[in-house]
Amino acid sequence: MQADTVHRFGAFGGRYVPETLIPALEELDAAFDEAMRDSKFTGELDRLLKEYVGRPSPLSTAPRFSEEVGCAVYLKREDLNHTGAHKINNALGQALLARRMGKRRIIAETGAGQHGVAVATVCARFGLECTVYMGEEDMRRQELNVFRMRLMGATVVPVRSGTRTLKDATSEAIRDWVTNVTDSYYIIGSVVGPAPYPRMVRDFQSVIGLEAKAQMLETAGRLPTSIVACVGGGSNAMGIFHPFIPDSSVELVGVEAAGRGLDSGEHSASLERGVPGVLHGSLSYLLQDESGQVHPAHSISAGLDYPGVGPEHSYLKDTGRALYVSVTDDEAVEGLGILSRLEGIIPALETSHAVAWVVKDKGRWKENDAVLICISGRGDKELAQITEMGLLPE
Amino acid sequence: MASPPATTSSNAIARRFDALHRESRRGLVCYVTAGHPDVSRSLETLHALQEGGADIVELGVPFSDPIADGPIIQASSQRALENGMTYDRVLDLVERAKLTIPVVLFSYLNPILAAGERALTRAADSGASGILITDVPVGADPKREEWLGNSPLAFIRLVAPTTPRDRMAEIARHGSGFVYLISRLGVTGLQESTAASLPETISRLRSTTALPICVGFGISTPAQARKVGMLADGVVVGSAIVRAAEEGTEAVLALTRSLREALDA
Repeated sequence: MQADTVHRFGAFGGRYVPETLIPALEELDAAFDEAMRDSKFTGELDRLLKEYVGRPSPLSTAPRFSEEVGCAVYLKREDLNHTGAHKINNALGQALLARRMGKRRIIAETGAGQHGVAVATVCARFGLECTVYMGEEDMRRQELNVFRMRLMGATVVPVRSGTRTLKDATSEAIRDWVTNVTDSYYIIGSVVGPAPYPRMVRDFQSVIGLEAKAQMLETAGRLPTSIVACVGGGSNAMGIFHPFIPDSSVELVGVEAAGRGLDSGEHSASLERGVPGVLHGSLSYLLQDESGQVHPAHSISAGLDYPGVGPEHSYLKDTGRALYVSVTDDEAVEGLGILSRLEGIIPALETSHAVAWVVKDKGRWKENDAVLICISGRGDKELAQITEMGLLPE
Repeated sequence: MASPPATTSSNAIARRFDALHRESRRGLVCYVTAGHPDVSRSLETLHALQEGGADIVELGVPFSDPIADGPIIQASSQRALENGMTYDRVLDLVERAKLTIPVVLFSYLNPILAAGERALTRAADSGASGILITDVPVGADPKREEWLGNSPLAFIRLVAPTTPRDRMAEIARHGSGFVYLISRLGVTGLQESTAASLPETISRLRSTTALPICVGFGISTPAQARKVGMLADGVVVGSAIVRAAEEGTEAVLALTRSLREALDA
């Protein structure tokens, strides 16, 4: 047997799935590569990214926030996309691919609901049947997104097993796919899962980094010193990092959720505190106990509340190309408030982790440096949650 | 990949099938989750399976995220974990059970990786004869597949209804003990009828390998076992046994006996 390097990032990634899915993954692998070489496919994707999603998303300067940090900060505004987050870039790409492959039924998992909403949206746009698995706990935390998905005709299935969050929703979506693999297409929402998903989702999300690079050169006349993005599964981070990987002067920083503190045992910092293991089809850093049981993750933000992480992030960590840090729930809420007050931009709680880390670690940059933050999503969805928690200022 | 070293443990499965073949009987493979409904009753369940006439026991190593399993085995795994089941305790259970029929560990990869380099030799030392990993399809991880294939345990591989013929041959070549044929698309659990395509899938697989073929997923009643037994070398019953284990040892014994009788009829 040949070593499997095609489906991996160094030692990470792979295809650890039931045998039933292997032919479907091979079909998907081939269909994706073929589609990306077909200008009819990429042309339609580009057109829809423009006319439906609203791309390119702006690169905003942030004068008051820059003053707070002590150097120029630029914001890549994925929050201004249709549906309010970066998730639609991937959902659109995969829905087009599903249609091209003749699959009429779409399955998805969702945590915060942003990916679920994005998938429900593109399914409505293309007339595809849509089933979204969502943990019962997340449905409670993100009720508004459940309404949005249902309004657009999706079936939202509550997942009551395990921790009732993203991890279990993903397991349930995989079980659906194993059962309905001949007519269904599984749109994974992050750079996780078996190959080719991590690579495919990264490529569909790379539009963020490609645009940001051109916009930085145009607006600032330079590349950023550092790029900062939040990491749960890690798709917005991979999307903005990927085009900059060859630019060795650019520091890449992924911010994980430290939850109630890294030493509390209640966090989602797989890269900082996990060890390599296999979950949901790939080998990557994973929160697990000494018996190899997956440890429940915790984060105030449902979108980061995941015990695993995309395998390419594990590779970037081990090679040292990217730096992975974390901020707590409380720091993230503070980050949300700071950007809201200083720039009139309410970031999602996920995104707020990246914002909070830049503020917390601002001492690391000099006056002439430039920091680029990926504003992966907007925070409107958080208002009920943070009000309920009594975190809104008087 | 080299064929497994000729040790007594992995050959226990081959000997069992040889004996069955000589008697023109079909093998009855029964799955239970280790530590479900609790550790002591798990031990009783194993003995009931042997007494009821099972040929091979598949002993589930519980995992927190069993993506190939339906609700019944998911719930049993969760319960076993709540009971403090670990890989070491699974091996301890195998050792204490001292079954005369072969025991195959049925696991996801992660708990096995976490148990370390010696996980497989330790399993053989405790009395296990084989291992089956649900989430390591052929070619997924050649280095670890070699580790699994060269251990004293038989390495049982899975074939799915979606597997093309060429790949069936590849899978069989890299496995030992028997080939586990998944009867239908989907996860483990009960169902009313068996897949219509099953006879054709079995004959396709038969043309690629001399290994015994056992069919599982969705077989729960004596009638289903009998029907599938006419086509294959053995049948695997899982969720129905797990459900019986919850009721008690008597229920396990009764179900196993009725499955045995149906297969031998």
